[in-house]
Amino acid sequence: MTSLFQQIKSGMLWDFHGGIHPPARKTQTSQKPLGRLNLPERLFIPLRQHIGVAGKLLVQAGDYVLKGQPLTAADNAMAVPVHAPTSGHILAIDEHPSAHPSALPEPMIVLVPDGLEQWRERHPLDPELITRQQILARIQDAGIAGMGGAGFPTHIKSSASQGVDYLIINAAECEPYITADDMLMQSEAETIMQGIDILCDLLSPKAVLIGIEDDKPRAIAAMQQACANRKDFYVRVVPAKYPSGGEKQLIQRLTSKEVPAGRRPLDIGIVMQNVGTAFAIAQAVLHDIPLISRIVTVVGETLSRPQNVLALVGTPVGFLLDSCGFAAEAKQRVIMGGPMMGFTLPSLQIPIVKTSNCIIAPSNAELPAAGPELDCIRCGACAEACPATLLPQQLLWFSKAKDHDKLKEHHLSDCIECGACAYVCPSEIPLVHYYRVAKAEIREQHRDEVKAEQAKARFEARNERLEREKQERMAKNQALAAQRQSMLAVQQKQQIAEAASRVEPLAEALSKEQIIAERERKKAEARAYQAAKALTAQTDSTSSHSEPATEVAPTTNAEVAASADPRQSAVAAAIARAKAKKAASSGEVAETNQSPTNQSPTNNAVAEPVSPAETATEIPAPTASAESSKASDPRAAAVAAAIARAKAKKAANSGEIAPASHAEASLSDENHAEANNSPAQNVAAEPVTHAETATEMPAPTASAETSKATDPRTAAVAAAIARAKAKKAASISEAAQLGTAQFVENGVAITAPPVAAQSRDMSATELKQVISAPNEETTAPEHTVVVDVVTAEIGTADVVTADVVNAEIVNAEIVTAAKSVTHAAIDPKKAAIAAAIARAKAKKASDQSQEKSE
Amino acid sequence: MSFRVAASPHHHARVQTSTLMLKVALATLPGIAAQLYFFGYAVLIQLALAILTAWSAEALMLSLREKTIVNRLKDHSALVTGVLLAIAIPAYAPWWIVVLGTAFAIIVVKQLYGGLGNNLFNPAMAAYVLLLISFPQQMTAWTPPIALQAQQQSTFDPVCVVFTDFSCAGYSITQLKTDVDGMTMATPLDTLKTDLANNKTISESRQQPIFAEIGGVGWNWVNLGFLIGGLWLWQQGVIQWRIPVAVLVSLGICSSIGAMVDADQFASPLFHWFSGGTMLAAFFIATDPVSASTTAKGRLIYGALIGFLVYLIRTFGGFPDGYAFAVMLANLAVPLIDAYTKPRTYGHKAKGSE
Repeated sequence: MTSLFQQIKSGMLWDFHGGIHPPARKTQTSQKPLGRLNLPERLFIPLRQHIGVAGKLLVQAGDYVLKGQPLTAADNAMAVPVHAPTSGHILAIDEHPSAHPSALPEPMIVLVPDGLEQWRERHPLDPELITRQQILARIQDAGIAGMGGAGFPTHIKSSASQGVDYLIINAAECEPYITADDMLMQSEAETIMQGIDILCDLLSPKAVLIGIEDDKPRAIAAMQQACANRKDFYVRVVPAKYPSGGEKQLIQRLTSKEVPAGRRPLDIGIVMQNVGTAFAIAQAVLHDIPLISRIVTVVGETLSRPQNVLALVGTPVGFLLDSCGFAAEAKQRVIMGGPMMGFTLPSLQIPIVKTSNCIIAPSNAELPAAGPELDCIRCGACAEACPATLLPQQLLWFSKAKDHDKLKEHHLSDCIECGACAYVCPSEIPLVHYYRVAKAEIREQHRDEVKAEQAKARFEARNERLEREKQERMAKNQALAAQRQSMLAVQQKQQIAEAASRVEPLAEALSKEQIIAERERKKAEARAYQAAKALTAQTDSTSSHSEPATEVAPTTNAEVAASADPRQSAVAAAIARAKAKKAASSGEVAETNQSPTNQSPTNNAVAEPVSPAETATEIPAPTASAESSKASDPRAAAVAAAIARAKAKKAANSGEIAPASHAEASLSDENHAEANNSPAQNVAAEPVTHAETATEMPAPTASAETSKATDPRTAAVAAAIARAKAKKAASISEAAQLGTAQFVENGVAITAPPVAAQSRDMSATELKQVISAPNEETTAPEHTVVVDVVTAEIGTADVVTADVVNAEIVNAEIVTAAKSVTHAAIDPKKAAIAAAIARAKAKKASDQSQEKSE
Repeated sequence: MSFRVAASPHHHARVQTSTLMLKVALATLPGIAAQLYFFGYAVLIQLALAILTAWSAEALMLSLREKTIVNRLKDHSALVTGVLLAIAIPAYAPWWIVVLGTAFAIIVVKQLYGGLGNNLFNPAMAAYVLLLISFPQQMTAWTPPIALQAQQQSTFDPVCVVFTDFSCAGYSITQLKTDVDGMTMATPLDTLKTDLANNKTISESRQQPIFAEIGGVGWNWVNLGFLIGGLWLWQQGVIQWRIPVAVLVSLGICSSIGAMVDADQFASPLFHWFSGGTMLAAFFIATDPVSASTTAKGRLIYGALIGFLVYLIRTFGGFPDGYAFAVMLANLAVPLIDAYTKPRTYGHKAKGSE
């Protein structure tokens, strides 16, 4: 059993399945000599005439180029440059219909030949003296692509350095009409051999097989003569059958090997080059003539002089046809390529490219148009003819059904689109067209799938990234929170330590006696409380004059208690003061002037309760008693003060000539006294001062009428305020609770309003004027604050009812208190919040009292 | 100047479906001629009726399907269906038999399944089976060869019989089937079957005048005629050799085995080949491309299956000639055969091999 190589050497030939025998019609052109043409008026040189990418442009419109000058440069392996086919000027570089079935526009260089045919400088190489790389570089630089029709870059195909058993030169030219390679072999057999030699240098094959069909006797003779004295060069004559010139089919015919599906011939040790490509290689390496022209068969019954011509790349087809005597028929086709695999041209401006080997201009009788497509009768002639042993019938059904899975199963991708099946189909079904469409659909679907995969991967990566960032953020926040907490803990510990250090002396000082004293004090306090309660009960039903008596007791008690515990004593004193004030103001208008006495420095809390002005106690004793019960808690005291004030207002409103302000003032004193006693609120003294001053100001509310005469405004304001506060007191428990909650929380003291209450409706601007009017007893900052607050509250309302005015003023007072306390450097944020809340609650309280009164 | 744009290939073999069909119809002429000579011109009446019915039915269905009528009638597929059915049924069957059969073949079996190229069953054979099962008595209206007939036929006898069920002289079919010896004759296959059932041996049965020639008087030549027509079709490239060869070889092998087992019980291959509708089936009916297998190997299997089934039905079945059933059963098997006989594509390894 001889080896395959031996069999091949002995001249054995094989066959491929199927194939057809269309009438060759080659004698019209193969017998005539090669025609030479004049220069056309324009040359349209596409930038890309191969499988791959276009090179980089080296020229621009207006340049003068020489013949053979490179117009593009190859900047990567898949780029093949194009050259100027003749010397001339570049008119433009723009898009023109391309030499492709779609005729879609492609960038082309439009060259105007000048007729001089001036060559650029050429540098022939001696293949013996140069390296492999240099040869390949020259092949690429000369712009050589496969000239058999596919246009694959030759330098890539020829660069296989090992594993090449056979170099097959494809000179089969199986399609009807085409005789370009035939002509080339007849005239340039020796140059072709030189080209093949160069390829052998590059590839080092075991043998060279030149496949030629038997319908080219002269070419066969020429080639046989040329390789007579070359070792391992075999000219193999194969019986003419379409499509023996197909790469896979010729390989099978000459070597019996099959190229595995999806692989290249190089994988089975074979490299195939067209005979025209071999010629171009020789030209490029040996003479430095780039690929700028080729032989084209121009044939068809509408031509009077069909022949082979040597055409420049870029020559418009119309020029070629006219050179051969074209007489167009109505509704005819012009085909670039052969009748089996060529494509029709929609216009004659389309240029010849490196891969165009034939132009057919048939009459309608010569190549009749296809008849109507009938149904497939399953005759099986297509399967008989298919060179790839496919089942075209099944491929047709599945193409029509768009069943891509079945198409893959039936190996649609192995179809070489030779057209043999459509040639034999009795129903004239355009089978190849169906397969092309199906292949395109499969390609599109695959591309969409790849895109979807990529999008999905990106989406998931993005989600991961966001998740990761979120985790990092959370971790960071947690770390910071932990840090804050630890700092806070440290801070708290510090504060506690400080507080403890402050507290300790007191605790240390307590001896047993002191403890007993303490206990006594507390008892006294309790008694005082009870007494106060009793007093409340009494004063509710009796006149206020009885109060001084009761008032003294608490005061006394307060004084007694004070000695035991400064704080408690202060509280008690405050209570006493309040009661005194109430008693004094129960009929004494003039007591308003006692306010200055209240202005004694309150830093010494003990002094205050002893003030004579505080002997008066007032009706709002319940409030006072309520207050005193909460005396121990400064905040509660503040609350109590607020409540007392509200009650006073209410009392004043309901007719009692009670300078509620006094009571309030006293209460506020109390509060402030208590407030002062708490170590942290020393600075409350100041606002107390101011507040007291302020509260004293509207004191003449004893009779709104009487004081009106002296100071109508202030009297009116005082009366109004009293009224408003009385209203508040109507819902005292609620207010108290509300107030308690708030003011306990915020430790804000309430002061008397710096602005007089109004008793009539007025416009917003008027109100602003009223409250903006200077008041000698209000400090500027507080006044401003009140103004701001009230202004903000009212806005630009045209008419502001008196109630609203007063409510606003009441609100303002609370706000002012908050703000004044703010000025004393207590947490401004808290104060502001407290102010806002107080405002809201005040409004609510006033509304409710309004409703109740209505 | 605008140029026509078309898809490649631009060259065509100019072999068209209508030409193929016409050639098939023409190829039946030798067989029809033999029938004419031996059995009278009744077959021509059947042919005329069948062709007319086929065209009308096809036109009706195409108009219902809103397709072009005349162009599609020109593809001659309806013509071929009518011709084959007309040849297959007894020449003296009443006229409505062929009309009904052809209408059924075209309307139901062909057009309702999707028209040309889409029918699952061979239309002529499906119609034949319908007639055979629905009208068994009319489908046995086989007359003996003219030479053997008792009554001499007048010129218009075929017309009278086909259209009125009685000869012009008033004889019924049954009477026409009587031969000179007074025996009711049937086809050679029928005769053989009956004799075997009556426990006669083949050699005894073959004493009868009908078996003067191998396949039976007249039938022999009819089959020869179809054989000639078939060979011409093959030469023209209209049909491939695979199906007819497979049918005949398979039938031959089966009958050879039978004959070797017991020559007196089982008829010889030659007899099977030249009697009944063997050649018609092998070259004209089984080769109907639409209902046959499409792959090369598949066609061999398909033909072999038909031959085998024909032998079984003839020898062991109830009907004297079973090619209609055999073809229809093989039609049913075609999708499976096609699926398992896909050829190895270039560049791929054969399934299951490495």
